[in-house]
Amino acid sequence: MPVNPRGLTTTSRFRAQPRSTAVSPKLAAQSPRSGPRASVAGPAGPPPFQCFLDAHREDVWRFLVASVGREDADDCFQETFIAALRAYPRLRVDSNLRAWVLTIAHRKALDVYRGRARWALPVAEIAAVADGAAGQAARGMPTRRRGNASGDGEGSSSVPARDETLWEAVHELPDRQRSAVVLRFVGDLPHRDIAAAIGCSEEAARRSLHEGLTTLRREVTT
Amino acid sequence: MSDNHPHTPRGSGVSTLERELRYSLPAVDPEDVRARAADAAARLSERIASDGLADISYAPVDSPFGTLHAAMTRRGLVRLAFPEESVESVLEALARQLSPRIVESPASLDPVKRELDEYFAGRRRTFEVKLDWALIAPFGRRVLRMTAAIPYGGHLSYAEVAAEAGSPRGARAAGNALGANPIPIVIPCHRVLRSGGALGGYGGGLDRKRYLLELEGALAPRLR
Repeated sequence: MPVNPRGLTTTSRFRAQPRSTAVSPKLAAQSPRSGPRASVAGPAGPPPFQCFLDAHREDVWRFLVASVGREDADDCFQETFIAALRAYPRLRVDSNLRAWVLTIAHRKALDVYRGRARWALPVAEIAAVADGAAGQAARGMPTRRRGNASGDGEGSSSVPARDETLWEAVHELPDRQRSAVVLRFVGDLPHRDIAAAIGCSEEAARRSLHEGLTTLRREVTT
Repeated sequence: MSDNHPHTPRGSGVSTLERELRYSLPAVDPEDVRARAADAAARLSERIASDGLADISYAPVDSPFGTLHAAMTRRGLVRLAFPEESVESVLEALARQLSPRIVESPASLDPVKRELDEYFAGRRRTFEVKLDWALIAPFGRRVLRMTAAIPYGGHLSYAEVAAEAGSPRGARAAGNALGANPIPIVIPCHRVLRSGGALGGYGGGLDRKRYLLELEGALAPRLR
């Protein structure tokens, strides 16, 4: 069980993954089309982009709020769909568009986490949870990093709803566990698609999900 | 703290935790998600269009016939759809025929909207917006170019348009090409009538053809 949520190993493993937003073979065409597509798209092209955006905007928004919090969700949302647009004409109509766009959103969310790790910004915008952080420290979990940790604001804030505590704990998970948990429970993706999104085996995705749940259970249900 | 929360799972059951994860996105209710996602998507679509990343932009345009849908490429107006055509089917055809990079962008269609407003208000006699002829087959292109040259308030017969298009016996073919006009009103196929002066046909319905001709003063308004 990794104890450093933003450990180098986790990050570098993700870095090793191709960073392009190109469709992973699993999510894209089941039977790859050979040769370049003519400028006039054939009948097997994807639906109009606006329809795709309208169909998935709420799922992506929810996924991003859960992944990176509200403040960063909007930027991530824009970047996700811009990246999707660039790759869009290469898609086929039988692509799993929902899993594909959540995969892109997942990568954009990872970028946000990397940026936060680099600048040591607060992980969540919700004001700190004094007793939650103390409880974690007592259990040997890494203390949450708060960029604005002047100390006084934390104790005076009202006790947060359990939901917020839970989602802060999700945000604190190591990248792969957090991705697996959010893709599963907010993205509602099956293990196969989670594996494709993270870029690991289905078995590894299952394991990450299990580890994430174990960590969360320990943190929020004592 | 967890003890006085109603959702606290007892005995740390995974199923309870999973249920919470599924339904407890913090401080976000479905209405909020809907509104914020719609707002973010609308801003995104406009940005895509203004950054030139879209191949086609479209928007609804109010008219006396109801809500039209106008679509344009980088070259110009490519499609104007009457209200009875569903937006979905219009967009799907455009995606198939031209490109799926289609976004809704009212700002991009502003000039078209303005010219149509002026036209319907009787304050505009010619359209200045550029046209994209990509959806029109070669013969149709010849026919519709002739049609586009018919001045406001004027009219030609199907046979005359066919002859001008280089197909003197092709009145019926010309009629078909006119019926397939993807940019009605702006390419004024309503200005083509039967040789005897009868209205002939119109893709958008004869009432509309009559309305447009009356608007342009080419036809005396009927007594109502």
